[in-house]
Amino acid sequence: MNIVECRDVQKIYRQGKVEVHALRGVSLSIEKGGFLALAGPSGSGKTTMLNIIGGLDYADAGSISVNGNQIDRMNQTELANLRLHNIGFVFQAYNLIPVLSTMENVEFVMLLQGVLPAERRARATSILDDVGLAGLYHRRPAELSGGQQQRVAVARAIVSNPSIVLADEPTANLDSKSGEGLLEMMREMNETKGVTFIFSTHDRMVMDFARRLVQVRDGLVAEDRVKE
Amino acid sequence: MYLQLAWRNIWRNPRRTIVIMTAVVIGVWAMIFLGALMRGVSAQMVKNGIATLTGHIQIHQRGFRNDPVIENSIHEPEMVEALLAQYLSSNALWSSRVRVDAIANNARHTGGVTLVGIDPEREAAISFIAQAVVEGDYLIPGDQYGIIVGQALLDKFETKLGRKLVLMSQDRDRDIASRAFRIGGVFRAEMEATEKQFVFITKEAAQEMLKMGSDISEISILLADYKDAEGVADDLKEVIPADSYEVETWWELLPLVTAVLTMYDWFIYIWYLVIFIAMGFGIVNTILMAVFERIREFGLFRALGMKPLWIVREVLTESFFLLTLGMIIGSGLGLLSVYALADTGIDLSALSEGLEFVGMSRVIYPVIIIKDVVAANLVVLVLGIVVSAYPAIKAARFTPVEAMART
Repeated sequence: MNIVECRDVQKIYRQGKVEVHALRGVSLSIEKGGFLALAGPSGSGKTTMLNIIGGLDYADAGSISVNGNQIDRMNQTELANLRLHNIGFVFQAYNLIPVLSTMENVEFVMLLQGVLPAERRARATSILDDVGLAGLYHRRPAELSGGQQQRVAVARAIVSNPSIVLADEPTANLDSKSGEGLLEMMREMNETKGVTFIFSTHDRMVMDFARRLVQVRDGLVAEDRVKE
Repeated sequence: MYLQLAWRNIWRNPRRTIVIMTAVVIGVWAMIFLGALMRGVSAQMVKNGIATLTGHIQIHQRGFRNDPVIENSIHEPEMVEALLAQYLSSNALWSSRVRVDAIANNARHTGGVTLVGIDPEREAAISFIAQAVVEGDYLIPGDQYGIIVGQALLDKFETKLGRKLVLMSQDRDRDIASRAFRIGGVFRAEMEATEKQFVFITKEAAQEMLKMGSDISEISILLADYKDAEGVADDLKEVIPADSYEVETWWELLPLVTAVLTMYDWFIYIWYLVIFIAMGFGIVNTILMAVFERIREFGLFRALGMKPLWIVREVLTESFFLLTLGMIIGSGLGLLSVYALADTGIDLSALSEGLEFVGMSRVIYPVIIIKDVVAANLVVLVLGIVVSAYPAIKAARFTPVEAMART
């Protein structure tokens, strides 16, 4: 069963009179429980693809279905709802909320979902323990290393049991050891919890970890390979 | 956690928060303190007006107010006083007076005054004069030649206690009546103009000098509470013949004071608005800066699933905290300033001659009215939230991708 269906997706960025064709008609199906990397050089369109799948940006043409929802017809509020309940995000720059502690950052999405405080606290504690951050619950992001911050970001992304986690260059700011640890953790979550992970990356290690590798070049899918 | 988030966010840049909070504090303080000064001026004007022979209600022969000549005196004071005794409550006080324009002169000077013939005992209970005598003695009932003058008149006429002062006025027969009085007492009043204008003799002396018989010019009534004046005046109008007599409240008797009071009421709110406009620009600017600094974060909130309206709420909550803190401190300082000046007031002697024209005192004592404090805080809170809506909506309008692309 496919959790993401993209048909002939196009995206053009306009900078004054200049038009940049970021996506030129991408069609892609991603199966539920997949562990997939969108790879390609800078400017190839992989992050744009990730943003459109995540409902962070609109496509100019084509259709996109996520978890059965036709998101190209949704307004901002409907997209916010979809992201809140179905999609987790991990960003290159971690993007934690600096004034909240580790625990509060993880609880934040559940707060938006209206989960009761006791349940929020219990789930956040459990997921932080799972990602190896037990005992660091009350530290602010500035008091954590890059690797630890990205683990918090992963914990935040999966704590609300989303169908998909979209990770944009998650290892770009990490050393190779931290990056590998993070990827192993995400793969374990993919295998144990069945969460679909979609990465955009040009990091060889991420491509090696992915079970399916989609090469994007000049706004088109150049290669789509499922590894043995 | 929303509240925690907002609270922590306002302290991310403590210097900026303190600067804008200081602006709110000064604004609220200025609204409350200067509002209290204006209320103090108003209260003093009313108090002076009422105490300076006006009282809460006055009764005159119809026509006296337009043409205060001796012919327009009350010819049957006993009838009116009997009605007052019957219809006024036991804690209401009244006194009848003779009041005419006169010329005062001595060997050195001549000047116009208002001659007031009073019942010394009754008058002591309703107007300022008995407590205002600072030198010599207050009038005693039946005194035919004693006169009390103001300190300013005494100085102007270069005379002193015990000396003679001659009063001249037109009597009932339209002849010039005059009588020499001996200065038995000197009074001080809140306003120098009062000291120069009024001279007091006994009612009997005035009636005899002006050949008025038992006629009087007016009856002044003092109630337990000035707010009852209108109701009591309406009751009196029911029983006192309207074709012969006019019953008026202090509000009608002091048109200049009432006009100034009405103007002050509006002026206070205009003042609040002016202060707020100055403060409002600071608030918008600060919140806008805070929003633009954190635009990536708002993009993150949106990416995580926060709806645009929730972002507006988040920014407004931060504004609410800033404004509330400023309001609490500003109101506290405002109340403290008023408390500090409660006994001494602010002495405006240097300006008093000009101020007396509108009935203001030499010393202003600030008066706090809870309604004004609430209004000042409400203006800041409501308008503060309204102006904060602009940066809040701006924060919510960025799409997640736009916002997160910002550095």
